[in-house]
Amino acid sequence: MDRRGASDSELSGHRPAVLVVSVGSRRLVSAVNPAAEAQGLSPGLALADARAQVPGLAAANADPEGDAAALLRLAQWCGRYSPWTVPHGDDCVLLDITGCAHLAGGEDRLGAELVERLARRGIGARVGSADTIGGACAIARGGAYTVNIVVSGGMRNALAALSVRTLRFDAETVAALERLGLRRIGDLYPLPRAELAKRFDAALMARLDEALGEGREALSPLPPAPVRWTRRQFAEPIAARESIEAAIRTLLESLCRSLGDEGLGARLLVLTLHRVDGESASLAVGTARPSRDVAHLMRLFAERIEQIDPGLGIEDMVLAAKTAEPLAARQLGLRIPSPSRGEGDIVLDDDAAMLIDRLANRLGARSIGRLLPREAHLPERMQHFVFAFTLGNAGWRADKPRPVRLLPRPEPIEATAPVPDDPPLNFRWRRRLHHVARAEGPERILGEWWRGTREAELLRDYYRVEDQDGRRYWLFRAGLYRPDARPRWFLHGLCA
Amino acid sequence: MMRLVNREGVDRLRREIARIEQGARDATAPVLPFGVAEIDRCLPGGGLMRGALHEVNGKGPDEEDASVPASFIAGLAARLDPAKQILWCQSGGGDLYGPGLASCGLAPARLLIAHAGNAVDLLWAMEEGLRTRALAAVVGEIADLTGPASRRLQLAAENSGVTAFALRRFRVPSGTARAPNASVTRWCVSPAPSAPRDGEPGLGRPRWRLELWRARGGAPAEWIVEACDATGHVALPAALGDGSARRERFRTVGT
Repeated sequence: MDRRGASDSELSGHRPAVLVVSVGSRRLVSAVNPAAEAQGLSPGLALADARAQVPGLAAANADPEGDAAALLRLAQWCGRYSPWTVPHGDDCVLLDITGCAHLAGGEDRLGAELVERLARRGIGARVGSADTIGGACAIARGGAYTVNIVVSGGMRNALAALSVRTLRFDAETVAALERLGLRRIGDLYPLPRAELAKRFDAALMARLDEALGEGREALSPLPPAPVRWTRRQFAEPIAARESIEAAIRTLLESLCRSLGDEGLGARLLVLTLHRVDGESASLAVGTARPSRDVAHLMRLFAERIEQIDPGLGIEDMVLAAKTAEPLAARQLGLRIPSPSRGEGDIVLDDDAAMLIDRLANRLGARSIGRLLPREAHLPERMQHFVFAFTLGNAGWRADKPRPVRLLPRPEPIEATAPVPDDPPLNFRWRRRLHHVARAEGPERILGEWWRGTREAELLRDYYRVEDQDGRRYWLFRAGLYRPDARPRWFLHGLCA
Repeated sequence: MMRLVNREGVDRLRREIARIEQGARDATAPVLPFGVAEIDRCLPGGGLMRGALHEVNGKGPDEEDASVPASFIAGLAARLDPAKQILWCQSGGGDLYGPGLASCGLAPARLLIAHAGNAVDLLWAMEEGLRTRALAAVVGEIADLTGPASRRLQLAAENSGVTAFALRRFRVPSGTARAPNASVTRWCVSPAPSAPRDGEPGLGRPRWRLELWRARGGAPAEWIVEACDATGHVALPAALGDGSARRERFRTVGT
């Protein structure tokens, strides 16, 4: 799929034109349009040579970053045909159409529709479909047609007649192969593998094997395929909130039906909207527990609909369940063992679980949670904020009086304490002077020595103090009292 | 002869049974009694109405003024329905400290905390929580509680039976702090000087000045109380019976 120059009318016209990159002080041709190709120009030529060869050649600077961004947008655009699309190299988009082609009426129909739609956007594209990524790329570049389909098992034959260039070896390898008269991929078949591997680098054999599907499977750079996927196309692009909502509901209903057939529930749903102008946007909603409750999932999407910018209209919507899990777990409910004092367990039922989903989807998954106790010395480390469904040890130590609010970090205060180890007589916090009427302490808390030397030297003497108005604070003096140094005091918590 | 009965132990068990029975009654009654006759007398129905919005103010808008109301609410919310969760909505960072809440009677394991980025999201989260019958209470720390917002919360609470607490903190434009809203009760809880335990150094049980600014169907009132204990109950210091608390109360109310 070649998009280069597509946006520039001058370059996509019938005049020979090239794109140019600077390599050191040299200006090299990086891409040519069909007219320039017909004149014998090819990428890699110096611009000066190209100009000499083709007078009146149009040249423009290449924009590799812009190209990459455009290719990514194109890959997203292709998301309507497959849930699995990714840019590949600098001019190719891979689509895994396994199990999707029938939605478009077969591979050939899908390819034809793709080419036609892209052509309407001024993008020239070639499509190759094959069992392997390498093979599909090669046949797309070198195939005889705009849409080339290689049937399963026909890879060797299909590739035999293609130029070795289509396998995208580096320029040196191609030159060396052509010097030896090995112009077609088929020319490589009868040669002994050991000889080829010795003469060229291992990459050549690997490329070839990948294309033919004979080598080991290359690791897929693509994300795992979703469990379920539904798509809806609109004859008339839609933009009104009500229509979008109705469309999402229809997609949800069909997705939940198919999830139901397998006893699954969705954990992560991704809705991708393809706009008329070629842009696409996606919305993801997650659930803490697998769900195929249309009403619940619809509510999660409804919260987010205003985030959608329909532009001139949406022509295509894809809803994918990226993560799905067996729904049986749902019935078990979640029990949080209650701390002492004879209360029953706290049960997190479906209603609570759905509430958590709604809050998490609007406020962010990290914004809803619960506190778990942690074995630690320092008060600020004795609790941590975890996702709402995390279960943990419910044992909180309540043996010592503690503040109800803990400042995010201890704040320095000016305190007057006459005698070492005595609580301060007064202190100033946030510009207000407090006289200490009553106090309790010190309670010594030591750092966690295993964390390192700084921590090992850490020592805090905590005092609970009550000021003249009855307000209670949790203060500490940092470090041991030293006659030669001014003690540093901090306010750490606000008590009841 | 062997002593078969440990009188003290039996008494303790009886008190425990009475407390559990009281708890079971508490969970179904239309109101949550404070368990302090002087306070319950001033509230219609003899306690804090369940399934309603209650506003709790601190002494002022400063950060330190939000800790006493938090303890007060924690104690009440914990006693509402011990089997259910409590949603506590905060805006911005969280400063609730589990060990401290536990000593007010609220087990941190029952707490669901939501952080909202702004007031709109916070009110939304509160309302969502109030629509979920699975919760015992919803607490929201907010600066401003306007008439329309409070009506929405009150309506949601009424429909589901979940009790709502609006903890007013942060600064609001002057004059709007006590502007009327739809809360069924409006409280102000602020610290009061505590009385030291007899002959003991250090701090006694904290004391609060508890003001009932407004109660639908009740009259404003004011008390000096001892802060929530580990079961979430406040108490009147007069119960100490040594007279010191009474003097204290008189003095504080008079100022």
